[in-house]
Amino acid sequence: MTEATNGRRGALPPGVSHAGDLASRLREHDYLADEGLATAIFLALKLGRPLFLEGEAGVGKTEVAKVLSRVLDTPLIRLQCYEGIDVYQAVYEWDYARQLLHIRAAEALGTEEDPERLERDLYSREFLVSRPLLQALEHRVPSPPVLLIDEVDRSDDEFEAFLLEILSDFAVTIPELGTIQAERPPVAILTSNRTREVHDALKRRCLYFYIEHPSFEREVEIVRLRVPEAEEALARQVAAAVERLRRMDLYKPPGVAETLDWTQALVALGAKELDETIVRATIGSVLKYREDQQRTKNAGLSALVGGVRGDGG
Amino acid sequence: MGTVAEGQAPAGAPPMLDAAVAFGRVLRGAGLRVGTDRLVEFARALEELDAARRDDVYWAGRITLVSRPEEIETYDRAFEIFWDEGASRRPKPRPKIRLSIPQPDKSVMPAKKTAERSESGEEAVRLRYSPVEVLRTKDFALYSQEEFAELQRLLADLRISGALKKSRRLEPAPRGRHDPRRTLRGAMRTGGEALRHRFRRARIQPRRVVLLCDVSGSMAAYSRALLRFLHAGVASGARLEAFSIGTRLTRITRELATRDPDQALRQAAGAMKDISGGTRLGDAIKEFVDRWGQRGMARGAVVVILSDGWDRGDVEVLAEQMRRLSRLAHKVIWVNPLKSAPGYKPLAAGMSAALPHVDVFLSGHNFESLEELAAAIADATSAR
Repeated sequence: MTEATNGRRGALPPGVSHAGDLASRLREHDYLADEGLATAIFLALKLGRPLFLEGEAGVGKTEVAKVLSRVLDTPLIRLQCYEGIDVYQAVYEWDYARQLLHIRAAEALGTEEDPERLERDLYSREFLVSRPLLQALEHRVPSPPVLLIDEVDRSDDEFEAFLLEILSDFAVTIPELGTIQAERPPVAILTSNRTREVHDALKRRCLYFYIEHPSFEREVEIVRLRVPEAEEALARQVAAAVERLRRMDLYKPPGVAETLDWTQALVALGAKELDETIVRATIGSVLKYREDQQRTKNAGLSALVGGVRGDGG
Repeated sequence: MGTVAEGQAPAGAPPMLDAAVAFGRVLRGAGLRVGTDRLVEFARALEELDAARRDDVYWAGRITLVSRPEEIETYDRAFEIFWDEGASRRPKPRPKIRLSIPQPDKSVMPAKKTAERSESGEEAVRLRYSPVEVLRTKDFALYSQEEFAELQRLLADLRISGALKKSRRLEPAPRGRHDPRRTLRGAMRTGGEALRHRFRRARIQPRRVVLLCDVSGSMAAYSRALLRFLHAGVASGARLEAFSIGTRLTRITRELATRDPDQALRQAAGAMKDISGGTRLGDAIKEFVDRWGQRGMARGAVVVILSDGWDRGDVEVLAEQMRRLSRLAHKVIWVNPLKSAPGYKPLAAGMSAALPHVDVFLSGHNFESLEELAAAIADATSAR
């Protein structure tokens, strides 16, 4: 009934009727979402709204889009934003080289006597190269794709304004071809690291969720889930050490991705628990700045590990 | 669970809209701006969730009505009120915040006390401008209410914008790098012959400018004028970010973006919870670098700190944070109104700790020095 109210159609996976169901579905695909995030994703799917995710680097924003495409069993189309990105890189581009060849061919064959037809041919779908946003709109399988617009904060105002337009109508107009409208809007996930404030108007189009670093227990769970080879004791020690590192004054505090990298490195070296030697050997997988490594070493790795033992035991 | 409450509302309007509007009122009372479109969205979200469950209502609002992490705290407070006291009752008024920013009487127009002294023609011309001339060099601490209004007019003419740098975005230009896209596009019209070649080059745009203004007690005599400088910059639409520093860091860009200076300053004062308190410079700058600077706001930017350098925090922290900041920024400018005092030496511990990491050290105690500041921000001193 609610679906009919607006003519909007939710894109929920079958069998999911509330946020809790969705959380367990995500979990089946190795993603642990807390209640808030699960609710945000649930609403985004149900209401057909783009979801805007903000948070520190490494808290798993991009991961949400990836896991959603697995849960929904649809392709993931990714648009990585950067400074100076424009419509030609994000939406479409004419294949000028092929168009020129076409003209030459028409000349050679002497079939270009009707210039209007030639022009129509030249600006047909055949010569259009679609970039991620157009791909997402044109997608034609039973369920809409997941469209990840990554690091929106890196693009500039012009592009933001353009995104706003696309996310409002899920349509683009190509002057020579006309308007291309999505049959069903893609599941849009936008992420931002907050290098700058994204315009309000764009955020207003979206549901919003701020992802924080996971709690200790949650992080242990994540480690256990994603690196099943790691023993419980090791997982707890790693999570405690990472939590400690985040409280230190580092240039780049480790995110969940770093926790997982670290655990994998430890497991690869056959570690059963943390000690100073192994931390020294693997610190590069959790701290990616030389200054951060130096700082941690100066503070005393043994203290870090020792504290962990206390916590874990 | 998850079903809609008995549909008593007319078709079309979301049944939960009344509740949503009531909550919206509480939120506005708490200082969060929410538009009708968001409230409708909130109502829709409630329909999809269990509106009788506290957590569901909480998340529905968090996801639809909040769009910045800074708003979460306010939202939480408002939600408590809404949920615990019932939507019908009005929210408790928030404790009043004492503002120390003056709101000049609007009826006082910039006074034009043109001296009517009869001297030689040349003298008369100079005299006509003399109130402005005097004002330009008068110490802000000695300003009268009327003079602040006059300052506003002076500031309006001041161009506050970062030095130009090349952006990564390319734009069409008469010459520069070859632009195959537009060249070929043009060739379409001439039978596939590229008769005219097109070019493009990097767009030139100003560097971002970040202003951090100390609003602690020791700066009270100057911060009222300096905040106006911040406002003039933000309102001019340049790529400019403004923060206030006291015991904590507050981003006031949004509040200052209003064109009317008095209203903008009122809004900014509302956002700052620490006016005329102490300063913890090091901590505030650390917060800036952690939360904003490192993520990109300070990268390649011109960062201006307006402060007397009195720091109640740890001086070591300040030195360390200034070092971090100077590594990120294109240029760090420190503006200290005390610098103009005769025989001034950077004795304040904070000031001497910070100076090694500062590229330009200015005074900022009168309008003329603000002009100097604007020139330094625009790199005008080094360019050409």
